[in-house]
Amino acid sequence: MSESLSVRALVAGHGDFAAGLISAVEAVTGLGETLEPIQVKGLCGEDIQQLLRERIRATGALVIFTDLQAGSCTMAARRLLREESQVVLVSGTNLPMLLDFVMSSDPNPYDAAHAAVDRARSAIAAYGGPA
Amino acid sequence: MTLVLNRIDDRLIHGQVVVGWGQPLDVRFIVLVDDAVAASDWEKELYRMGVPPEMEVRFHSAAEAAPLLDAYRTAPAPGILLTGDIATMRELVLHGGVREVNVGGIHHRAGRTQYLRYVFLTAEERSALREVASLGALVTAQDVPAARAIPLEEMLSEREMS
Repeated sequence: MSESLSVRALVAGHGDFAAGLISAVEAVTGLGETLEPIQVKGLCGEDIQQLLRERIRATGALVIFTDLQAGSCTMAARRLLREESQVVLVSGTNLPMLLDFVMSSDPNPYDAAHAAVDRARSAIAAYGGPA
Repeated sequence: MTLVLNRIDDRLIHGQVVVGWGQPLDVRFIVLVDDAVAASDWEKELYRMGVPPEMEVRFHSAAEAAPLLDAYRTAPAPGILLTGDIATMRELVLHGGVREVNVGGIHHRAGRTQYLRYVFLTAEERSALREVASLGALVTAQDVPAARAIPLEEMLSEREMS
């Protein structure tokens, strides 16, 4: 039996964004457990902020990954950052970003998050089409 | 062009508004009417950072906004009028000439009953929406453009029958 892994970050976004990305992380690395999906369907902004606060405190995670910059999860997380100044928020999350983060051995979550953002940027490309 | 959507949404500016409605309607400005946001530079900056650079956000209190809406309606580009609650939209129907109201999101909170996936209302809020309709506004619920616009009474009736 493998020992259970501790949660290092929360993932929150629209629809099944969080669960979907985490299932992809699990498929590639087996480290899906280090990310916790946040379900926000039907919640108002205040409740999302409250839920993020509660899960940050319960898990000890110091990073929150969200999808859209204008998304309600991002807005709620930015409000939370005012009270939880050690927490890092990353928006525009993609799969290469989460893979880099979960594979990172950097003990500093701030550095790991920033490295993941750099990796994510460099992983975006378009190929083909008419010249 | 004009104000193409007059929306009540307690999340104010978020993905559905900026991308879901904003892109297909080619929205160039958002008039965000909320007393608390209008009074806080921090809040204004938070919402401003969420929109793409080609979209402008104007912030007003309810009292300030009502006399300005006619000017926004004759703006050359399409815009969205946005309030975070029913009471603010009621003011704009009463004093700002709003004739169509989109209920886009009023989410779960203690004391509210669920009507749609994205609409939860207290008894007072239900009456307030009916009052908005009685003031002459067409009130429908619709979270995103691809969804059907559900007339107010249809939304309220299902719950009241059960």
